[in-house]
This record gives sequence, C-alpha cells and structure tokens, in this order.
Amino acid sequence: MSAPYRTEAGGRIDRSRTLNFTFDGARMQGVQGDTLASALLANGVHLMGRSFKYHRPRGVLSAGSDEPNALVAVRRDDARYTPNLRATEVELYEGLQAESQNRWPSLRLDVGASARLLAPFLAAGFYYKTFMWPRKAWDRFYEPFIRAAAGLGKAPTQADPDRYASRYAHCDVLVIGSGPAGLAAALTAAASGARVMLCDEQAELGGSLLTDQGALIDGQPTHAWLADALSTLAALPNVTLLPRTAAFGYFAHNLIGLNQRLTEHLPTAQATGVRERMWSVRATEVAICAGALERPLVFPGNDRPGVLLAGAARTYLNRYGVTPGRRVAIVAGCDGAYRTALDLHAAGVTLAVIADVRPAADGPLLRAARAAGLIVRAGMTVTGTGGARRVTSVSLAPVRADGSVGGVSETIPCDAVLMSGGYTPSVHLFSQSRGKVVWDDALKTYVPGASVERERSAGACRGSFGLAAALADGANAGAEAARAAGFDVAPKTFAAEATEASADSVIGALPQPASTKTGEAFVDWQNDVTVKDLHLAAREGFRSIEHIKRYTTTGMATDQGKTSNLNALGVVSHALGAPMAEIGLTTFRMPYTPVTFGSLAGVSRGDLFEPVRATAIHDWAVEHGAVFEDVGAWKRARYFPKAGEDMHAAVARECLAVRSACGIFDASTLGKIELIGPDAAVFMNRMYVNAWTKLSVGKCRYGLLLGEDGFIVDDGVVGRIAEDRFHITTTTGGAARVLAKMEDYLQTEWPELKVWATSTTEQWAVIALQGPKARLILEGLVESVDLSPEALPHMSVVEARICGVTTRLFRVSFSGELGFEVNVPAEYGRAVWEAIWAAGRPHGLLPYGTEAMHVLRAEKGFIIVGQETDGTVTPDDVGLGWAIGKAKPDFVGKRSLARPAMSAPNRKQLVGIFTDDPALVLEDGVQIVAAPGQPTPKRLIGHITSSYPSAALGRSLALALVQGGRARMGETLYAATAEGDVPVRVTAPVFYDPDGARVNG
Amino acid sequence: MLLIPCPHCGDRPELEFVYGGQAHIARPADPSALSDQAWAEYLYMRDNPKGPHAERWRHTHGCGHFFNLVRDTTSDMILASYRTGEPRPTLAADPKGAA
Repeated sequence: MSAPYRTEAGGRIDRSRTLNFTFDGARMQGVQGDTLASALLANGVHLMGRSFKYHRPRGVLSAGSDEPNALVAVRRDDARYTPNLRATEVELYEGLQAESQNRWPSLRLDVGASARLLAPFLAAGFYYKTFMWPRKAWDRFYEPFIRAAAGLGKAPTQADPDRYASRYAHCDVLVIGSGPAGLAAALTAAASGARVMLCDEQAELGGSLLTDQGALIDGQPTHAWLADALSTLAALPNVTLLPRTAAFGYFAHNLIGLNQRLTEHLPTAQATGVRERMWSVRATEVAICAGALERPLVFPGNDRPGVLLAGAARTYLNRYGVTPGRRVAIVAGCDGAYRTALDLHAAGVTLAVIADVRPAADGPLLRAARAAGLIVRAGMTVTGTGGARRVTSVSLAPVRADGSVGGVSETIPCDAVLMSGGYTPSVHLFSQSRGKVVWDDALKTYVPGASVERERSAGACRGSFGLAAALADGANAGAEAARAAGFDVAPKTFAAEATEASADSVIGALPQPASTKTGEAFVDWQNDVTVKDLHLAAREGFRSIEHIKRYTTTGMATDQGKTSNLNALGVVSHALGAPMAEIGLTTFRMPYTPVTFGSLAGVSRGDLFEPVRATAIHDWAVEHGAVFEDVGAWKRARYFPKAGEDMHAAVARECLAVRSACGIFDASTLGKIELIGPDAAVFMNRMYVNAWTKLSVGKCRYGLLLGEDGFIVDDGVVGRIAEDRFHITTTTGGAARVLAKMEDYLQTEWPELKVWATSTTEQWAVIALQGPKARLILEGLVESVDLSPEALPHMSVVEARICGVTTRLFRVSFSGELGFEVNVPAEYGRAVWEAIWAAGRPHGLLPYGTEAMHVLRAEKGFIIVGQETDGTVTPDDVGLGWAIGKAKPDFVGKRSLARPAMSAPNRKQLVGIFTDDPALVLEDGVQIVAAPGQPTPKRLIGHITSSYPSAALGRSLALALVQGGRARMGETLYAATAEGDVPVRVTAPVFYDPDGARVNG
Repeated sequence: MLLIPCPHCGDRPELEFVYGGQAHIARPADPSALSDQAWAEYLYMRDNPKGPHAERWRHTHGCGHFFNLVRDTTSDMILASYRTGEPRPTLAADPKGAA
C-alpha cells in the first residue's frame, strides 16, 4: 500500500476509488474524497512548501482555507497552471499534477534557504531601513533583487483558455457557512417560505459536522443528521445550495460576492464547462455563520513540518482517514485539543506526550481524556522542536507559578506536534460589512458588535462555541433574518448531546526561559513574522496595531491573518503592557480567500471586454483597407493606405485630394442631439454662448458651449431645422456629456422650459464631402434641391432626397474647402455612401480618415476641443470671442467670463507655430520657452497643442497656446524638445487660405 | 455597490446611476448681480460633511431623471430619496433636513 498513514476505515473518503497524482513529479496515490493535503499526509509527506521570506521548509498547518504554508501550483497544461492554491482546498482528481513553490532547485534542497542565515538582518522593517539609498540603486538593484527573492508561485504565461461566468441573484436570506449554525439558520429560514441561499467554501456542506464524531443531534449521530438536513434543504424549491462557493466580499447594501468553483475538482477530460462563476448576490438579510479559526501556539520551532493545528489533525483523521504521524505529541492551549487526543487514541495512534500550557488546565474534555487513561502534563511550555524537514522531537519545560520557566527542557521524540491555542471567531465578513468588532473579556476574543448592514452573525463566528449553542444560535438567526425579510417563523429547536469544551484559551507567545531566542517563534507563517519582529516594532516605538501590522507585515498576506491576527495582538499587548481590548484589531480586507482574475473578469475579455461602436460605413472602410483608431468606444478610419504607403504618405495624398478635387469622410461619430419644443431657441440662448433667436430656419451656426466656470466644454455646428427644432452636433467624445448637461439644466434649473433633447447620434450616418468638386459630385444625386451658392450658401441646411432617401444636407466645412455633410438615416448610410462614392470616382474622389481631417482643420486653424482646449481655455483664448452673443443677458459661463483673470493680457492664446526647420514636426505637448538654454526649471510660456506635416504648405505646422500669443506675431520662441531648444516663429493660426475664399467653392 | 432607490424606478444598482454633486444649490437667477466672491462661492464651494449629505444623482441608465438622496457619508446608508424640486425631508437621523 502506497499510503502508509491512511487508516483502515472511517472518514468521508472512498477507499475503493484510488486516484493517481504527482507532487513535484513524484507519483503517489490518494482516494476519492481526498484533498491534496490529506493525500500527501496519507503518503507521509508533510513538507509542502517553503516560506516567503526565509525559505524555511514548511508543512501543512491547517485543513482549510486558513492554510498559510501549503501553497501549491496545480497544472493541467501550459495555459491551465494555477499558482498559490492551498493544498488543503485542492480536491484530488485522477491525474492531478501539483508543484510546490518558492524553492529552487527542489523543495528538499532549496538554495534560497540560505536566506535563513541572513535572518538576523531580515527583521521587521528591513526593507525600509536598508533599501533607502542611494536612490538610483533602487531601480537597478534593490527592486529586481527583492522581486526575484520574494514572490509565491509563478503566473502562467499563456492566455487562460477557460470560460468563466457571472450571475446576479437575489434572495431573502443568504446564509454564509454550512456548519451547525448555518444549517440551523437555513432550515429555519427555509421553513418560513423565504428564498434562502446557503453557501460554503468547502466541497461538502456541513462545516465542523464533517469532522465531528461522537455527538448526537436529535438522537442521531451527527453524520446521519447532516445527511438528513442536507436532503431536506435540497428538496425545498425555495433553497439554493452552493458548495465550493466562497463568500469573499461583503459590499455595501448587502451585496455579497460569492465565488463558485465548478470544475476545479474534475479530471481534466471532464473539466470542460464553466470553470468558475462569480455571484453578485443582493440579499435582503444575511446570516453569517462563518465559524471559528483554530489558533496556533507560538513557540520556537512551531513552523517545522509536522507541527499542525490539533483540530486540523482531527479533521484529517475523522474526515480523510489520515493520521499525521505515528508518535504524536499534543500541546493543548484549550480544552478542544483533547478531542484530537481522544480520537487519535481511539484510532490507535501513539501519543508521545500530552502537555497543557494553561496555568490551571481543566475542562470537560481534559477530564474525559484522563478518564480514557491518557496522561496529561499540565503547566508546561514548549521551548523548541527538533528536526530539519520534519519535526523529530518537541522540548518541554515546566512553568512556575510566577510565570517564569524553570528547570531543564525535556526533549521528547515524536513525528508530529499537534497544537491548539483555542478558536478565534471568523469576523472577517462582519468586519467587511463595516461592523465594528468588540472585545469580549469572558471569551478573550473579538466578537461582532452592532450590525451596520442587515445581517447578524451566529454560532462560533460570534463566540457561541459548542454544538448545542451553535444550533440554537443559528436557528434564532435564521428566524430573525426571515422575519426581518417579511416572513413569519419560529426558530427550530435541536437537541444536541455532546461533550462541550471549556472556554479558556491561550493568546500570544508561550512563556520561554530568558535565554530563548524568539526569532524562530512564528506568529504569521505566510509572511514569516516572528515574536522577535513584533517586539522589535514595539521597541522602535510603534504603538498603533495598524502601524505594527504594516511595519512587520503581520496579517498582510493572502491568508489575511486568519491564523495570526489574535496571536500578533497578544504578543503586542504583552510587549506594550496594554490590555488587548485597548490595542484594537486591524481592518479585514476582502477577499476573504483569493479570487482568480478569470472569475472577476467573467465574460468581459477579448472581444467582450469593452463594447465597440462602429458606424454604418465601418465595413466599407474595412473593405477599403482603412487603418482604424479608437476614439472613445468608436472605431474610426484613420487613413486609407495604398500598397506600400506609410501613414505619412497616405495622409499627404488624402489631404491633397481634398484640396484639389474632393474627399469623402465618415463623420458619423459626431455627437448629434435633436432639440425640439416651443422654448428650443430660448434654451439654446441660455446654454450656448451664441445668439440663436435670429438664426433663421435652414441656417447653421458654429455653437460654443462653456461650463459655468467660463471654459470651453464642447463645440459643433447647429442647424435650425424649424422654428422649434435644432439639429445640434457635438464633438465625438462629448456627445453624452453635452446631453447630460442639457438634461441637468432642463430638469433642475429651468423645468419650466418646454424643450425635449434627445440623442440622435446613432440615428444619422454622416457623410462629409469636402473639396472643390463636392458640388459637382452631389448635384447629380440630389433630387430637386438647388445646390447653387445662392440657394444653399455656406452654413445652411436643407432636407434633400438622395437615392430616394430623405437626408439632412448641411453645407458646412471642417476643411476650409467647399463642403457638404449629408446626414442619412443610419440604415441607409452605406447605400448613400456607395452612391456618392460611385458618382465621385470619375472626379478623383478619395476616402480620407481622421488623420487627414485633423491636418486639414489645423491648416485652417480650427480648434479641436480637448486638443486646443484643456478645461482652462476661454473662447477668447482660442480666438472665438466673436461667437459670443454680446447682447444676451446671460448664458452658461457668462458670469465667469467677466472675472478679471479671464481677460488678463497674459493669458495663453492660440497662435500658429512654424519651426525654423520646415521638415521638423514637433511633438504635441512640447513646451514653449522665450529664451533658449535656460536651466531647469525653465520658465514655460506655452505649449504645442497640434502639430502636423502639411502637404498643402510643403512644410510642418503647429498650433500652440502661448502667453500673450497674439501680441507676439513674428517673434522667435523656442520649443523645449528632448533634443534641445528648437527655434520657432509665432504666426497667425490660419495657415491656408486665410481669407476663407475656398469655402465658397 | 450601493442599492439606490430611484424615486421613479425603485431600487436599482449603483452602476445605473451617475453622481451629480451636492443638492439644493440653485443657479442664481441673475449671475451678473453677484460679486466675484459670491459667484465663486456658488461655483466652487461645497459641503463635505461627515454624516448625512443631500446629493444629486441621475438615473442615467434608467429613467434619466435627476433626483436627490440623503446619504450618510460615513456608512453609505441612504436615509431618503426624493424628486428634484422637493425639499430635503425631515429625518430624525438628519438634523439638517427641513424642519
């Protein structure tokens, strides 16, 4: 038999179903129902990992999600490689491949363990003290060194091929934890008719009942009662049972994050479905029945493989049929440890010694142990353990009445040390719900205080220890939760017969002889924090537990201090001479247990990561080889390269086509708002800086929108379609913002106005036709509308039919050329585009993209909001003071424009910039200085806002905001580039066709 | 994620809403009559209370309405929800409410 530590019978495993697995390549066998940890223990393997900082050999400490040591990676293939799993939670399946972490070249022989030799130098705050200077060494040496030396596990390098799902759910009562309290709560709440969800992080529901042996509930053995309870719940239509589902986060207003593992326990061939599901449960009421976490004892050498929590050892024995050793030492800090002694004794395991570290050791279970013939040595302490990769002995010494440790230590050979300091209520979720924990002097622990959310804790997680207490407390909580959710039910009653443990327990470090070094007495296994580290922090003046936590990193690892928090508090309390209640507890962070990125991302990855907006003409652009850029969620055609062309060549060709013949451009992404109502013009007058009253139907105006602070927010051409109807265009990125702003004023400031604003961005495809031949191309397509300059001058709009489709035909220009923008109902967008394209090709029509559009507008000095403006730019700053309706008594932002600072002569103003070197294209954002060669910090007087090579000019051009810029025409300034200060000349911001003749065709 | 009671739609998750800043700050009827100082107060000065706070929200991905909440900034608990234009309600937990 390959599993020498497996018992003959008992447990919740199926010995007939052998499972083959490997650990670091070594072939082993477990059975169905094993965890990786129990299967390794059955094979006599305790050494499962190396510690984080000192690379000390570490064995499994616990049997659940609180495990700090046994972190492993599970590999299915190169892409399915999951690091940092707790071996205690990894369910065994046929063919499982597990690897230990944080060791090289092997777990048994780890070079990094030489860090132990440095341990005296790696004390608390080591990093803060050592790696302070020189500053430059940080990037080159310290950080790479620390990163290489630290870290747990490796991330897979390939994309995750698995699927993850997410689900929103509602319930009346969510019960978290399925131990006796959780089951009693669920059974009671379910009887009321309430919708109940019961979740538990373990594969099997039942919590401590899965380990318990010997107790009776309602006259039945606990295992039989559990089976009945679960089948009762499973049969109820109003109950959802969620095993393998960890409640990892408690969010505002009773939103609970549950992470359900669906395929982790299946052999690879069967693990094909959704791997994990993220539940966002909005619960009307919550019952937290999270149980309690067993506390280790703190003594030198307590981290040696083979040193386990006593309750965990009992779980391995009773649930998995595994003994932790053949000759076991038990160190009791609480009455509950004797359950383990009794069960191991009954299983025939030799108990090398049973030592009790309590000054006055007593309790019902201790008495039961003595009655069973076990010899208990009371008033002892552990002064150390022996062994290298496995414990071989434990050293004990008596504690005198005054608390000092006397006599010579006695060393007792053993192959496992089982310890228990007592149980700490798991208040993590309660703490996450913003509830404050309070110190319970009788229980010597923190318990939940007043609830903030609609929740209550029940059972061991609020200090109601013992089977009978947990059942009664759970039933009360279930009834209270159901009633609070509007249902009527009385708590169910359960009769429990069990020997209950006494409440006394041990917190903090065990007493030691004065000569003992405490550098190997571990408090936080996962972060390698020792008693010595905590004492050092106290000696160095740290008083707040929050500061001590950060300085020593105790409780800051992925286990969130499950096993370590209270002991750390005990050590600090002792060191500072202050009672525990005054020290306070640190905040618990979510997640309670780590959650995979896959589960958090769910389906939001790849193409589904973010919605993509595509115009009606998008596919045409794809077919014609467009290169796209992202503008918000939009995909916009940036340029249309021909074979062999780079962007620069393509853009130059597209620009020249517009200037010499005609270009066609997809402007569909422009924001569009339809404003309708008898007060539409009044509203426009109040919102935009311009005067709108006298704008006649069929005419357009360049609208400028400010914030109340007087700075430009958005711009766009507005056409008056009817007396009571405006067609507003906005910037592509500003559409939603502008509509929200309009809604804000309409709903909250001027609700009396009869105006309706609605987004029509998606309704219209916009085809811009720009260039001297634009009219020629359109004329043949437009039905019965006169496009002549007299009938349809620049800045006018008319309803026109093209190819039988009713369009809004704007005569506008963002290029400075004769231009039209045809607004087509989106569903006909591509058809009309293709018709115009066909009609224009004989005239040299070319498609152009956003890059050419930017160059063309920059040649004309037209601003782009967000490029020439940055939220601190007034209309006058960019030469748009002319747009303001001077006679209007008020508009949004007007009052701010009257502040003296808004008309200061030294404000940054829009100017054109020519580099002395016509081939040099400055980078956007380059700073402008008045004199070259200044030492840093230079006096910056402006910056480049847009910069392009211009084919029409045959040189580069730039727009810039420069202090007092309009008074600096012709001046030489300097652009402070990375290569040095480059001389530039200030010019007017309109580079091409300054008289604006071309727009008239 | 908060569960926000929209006065028009009922309880909806926070992701359907956009925060709109402090409530009950009316735009002055005639801004030109205000001193620079008074205008700056209107533009920039906001309360930052520890406790109940009347604030605007918009149910952007729902009915589109602006409305007001009284929310306790220390606990995130929502004490009242009411329509735009209605006064801040009187609440035992909110001494600043209209009395």
